[in-house]
Amino acid sequence: MAEPFIAELCERIGARAAEGKPVRIRGGGTKDFYGGRLAEAEVVETSAWRGIVAYEPKELVLTVRAGTPLAEVEEALAGERQMLAFEPPHFGGGATIGGAVAAGLSGPRRPYAGSVRDFVLGTRIVNGKGEALAFGGRVIKNVAGYDVSRLMAGALGTLGVVTEISFKVLPRPAVETTLAFTLDAAEAIVKSNQWAGQPLPLSATAWEDGTLRVRLSGAPPAVAAACAKLGGDEDPRGAEYWTQLREQRSAFFAGERALWRLSVPQATPPIATEHAQLIEWGGGVRWLRGPADPFSIRSTVERCGGHATLFRGDDKSAGPFHPLQPALLKIHRRLKAAFDPAGILNPGRMYDF
Amino acid sequence: MSAVAADPGARVRALQALRAACPALAIVADEEGLKPFETDAFISHRETPMLAALPDSEGQVREVVRTCAKLGVPVVSRGAGTGISGGAIPHRDGVLLVLTKMSRILGLDGLSRVATVEPGVRNLRVSEAAAPHGLFYAPDPSSQSACSIGGNVAENAGGVHCLKYGLTTHNLLAVRAIDADGDAFDAGSLALDAPGYDILALMAGSEGNLGVITRVAVRLLPLPEATRTLLIAFPTVRQAAEAVGEIIGAGIIPAALEMMDRVVIEACERFMAMGFPVGAEALLLAEVDGCAEEADAAAAEVRAIAERGGASEVRIASQAAERERLWKARKGAFTALAHVLPDYYTIDGTIPRRCLADMLERVYALAGEYGLMVGNVFHAGDGNIHPCIFYDANVPGELERAEELGGQILEACIAVGGTITGEHGVGIEKLRQMCVQFSPAEIAAFHALKGAFDPHGILNPGKAVPTLARCTEFRGMRVEGGRIPRPDIPRF
Repeated sequence: MAEPFIAELCERIGARAAEGKPVRIRGGGTKDFYGGRLAEAEVVETSAWRGIVAYEPKELVLTVRAGTPLAEVEEALAGERQMLAFEPPHFGGGATIGGAVAAGLSGPRRPYAGSVRDFVLGTRIVNGKGEALAFGGRVIKNVAGYDVSRLMAGALGTLGVVTEISFKVLPRPAVETTLAFTLDAAEAIVKSNQWAGQPLPLSATAWEDGTLRVRLSGAPPAVAAACAKLGGDEDPRGAEYWTQLREQRSAFFAGERALWRLSVPQATPPIATEHAQLIEWGGGVRWLRGPADPFSIRSTVERCGGHATLFRGDDKSAGPFHPLQPALLKIHRRLKAAFDPAGILNPGRMYDF
Repeated sequence: MSAVAADPGARVRALQALRAACPALAIVADEEGLKPFETDAFISHRETPMLAALPDSEGQVREVVRTCAKLGVPVVSRGAGTGISGGAIPHRDGVLLVLTKMSRILGLDGLSRVATVEPGVRNLRVSEAAAPHGLFYAPDPSSQSACSIGGNVAENAGGVHCLKYGLTTHNLLAVRAIDADGDAFDAGSLALDAPGYDILALMAGSEGNLGVITRVAVRLLPLPEATRTLLIAFPTVRQAAEAVGEIIGAGIIPAALEMMDRVVIEACERFMAMGFPVGAEALLLAEVDGCAEEADAAAAEVRAIAERGGASEVRIASQAAERERLWKARKGAFTALAHVLPDYYTIDGTIPRRCLADMLERVYALAGEYGLMVGNVFHAGDGNIHPCIFYDANVPGELERAEELGGQILEACIAVGGTITGEHGVGIEKLRQMCVQFSPAEIAAFHALKGAFDPHGILNPGKAVPTLARCTEFRGMRVEGGRIPRPDIPRF
């Protein structure tokens, strides 16, 4: 029998669907700034649905309720010297694990370890019809049924209320070191890609202001050998640097100017813009501070094979996310209708559906 | 199951429509020519397609799909046909779209570490092409020398290195496919993500139900500097299974962690004279990689854990030739097993690793009840078990008993929180167990999801997800303690 919270949630969503009244799903509210404007709608809070359901360190699997604070999850994992390898950003106190999955955002380790969805093994959701459904599971390999659990990562709650997630977790690296190199953007991109093609324990890269920082993580001999091979200067404040970067608390992110996220193939040469850039993910993400013409920045990035997101900014009239190819837009609309026929879940949070 | 020819009128109509839409398309329309396509590697079932089309370009694929959509004719995609759950078994009233002609590597960039390939490119060929750049393509199903990338994506293929390097889904950047309307769409991108829903994640493991894959961009990884392979013998299966948990619990993520039981060890010994330790009930084959010092340290740690756990013998190989010798038994295991009895049937459940020892005991007990022999050779590190059930198809009823035992094992996997397929796919083989693993609402959600790509249900119909009606029927049949009342009824 379903737990009372889930039963009530199903009933509530089912009722709203029947009335055609939208709902806004909210965990800790730390990512309210991300995506389309928030719907003027009844708020469905997940924060009461919290707690670790199962965690066996030897299984490398953690099952947790969506409303559990991200900090609590990280603390439990740290206690066993394990981690969420996709390094999800919190963006404030009270961030929940469900919100981290719905937002689909990953941190500096992403190009080397994988993204949120790579570590999702299973999810429980309540769809837009008020049905409680479970997909995937708590095992590392599972190809039974379509991979709906990974679909939930980054869907911004528009396909269902995520209520429980199972993750693959990983051991924390024994040691981490940060090296700094003085390089221009073009050299930094080439070096980051060359190094990623060699058996080196890379776990993050970031270039800003003429300095490329590279994080190495792993067994002590592997990190020591890589340090000897790469040279550069050790950055004693490296650990803090990566946290600040992940949480967007460093100087580059300060202030109110618009923040664009340009996601491009990693080896793409520097993209000329009039505003300052921070390049991370081995060249795969270029952060851009300052107002930009959405159409021109999007066509520039599209020519490189990427897409541009207005990550933070007041004027989202051109849409926070890159427009979809017509064939994909058709599939998106139909998927939305399949999971949420009444269109009540977080309408407008991703696109205009 | 087969033999009844498709409606000849329908065949002529489809043939004419395809010829008109795409004059250059290679089509096989005669019974003799269609024979080789009647099954994939799930050889206990076969069906002759109405037609087979062998497109050599995305444009031709699109024309075939558009034409079939207009006629309402099913389209079943097939790559190398190595799948063992029947996902590429033809539809008797449908067109079999054979993608082996589309086998070009379209691009391979060492700096970006990306290979862009057509769906018919063989898995191993990607790693071979990447090797000069010091790179490789990680997913390595045991059929890797024959299986094609399109099929790997459709099945979300695994292999022996998944624990560290992931499944196919973790190693994809982009998939281009044709949906059932005949429209091309790009899932994922050459960047690390793409806007909108994660359609790429849906394509992996979709078993040809959501689109016909025409192009795949895969991520290439640097070849490790050093690799150490350990062969560890245990006096009991339980000790071996427990060592698996201890190794991973110690913070080591082996590149591979495979297990073989006595039936398999003995088969390999007879077939290949491996010189295995006498009296071993289980062997673990572990591989650790990294820089030389790191690999040596990890190998020493694995050895220590194994010895504490009661291992009777540990061999460590660091040179390529020596390592290959140790792998020979694992890779040749299925060939060796073919010499035990005429036929065997491989199961593909995944369970939490802590349940391994109990599950293996359960498998042996069930096999005893059914009077069939079972050998186990599997991806222990992933908790992905592959019990091989031996039978003789010439003995009436034995195949059916083997399939029933397989079903029981899969249901036991579900009961401990596992899944009915770790890497082989549902195909037609595990449709019944899908009804056990998923509720009617979940099955309905899968059908609705498919409808977003294929509103009229022409792409590989009847595979991967059972109809709700079949589940209802099956639930009715299961009442008698798992024994099927009418084993003569074709059921999958």
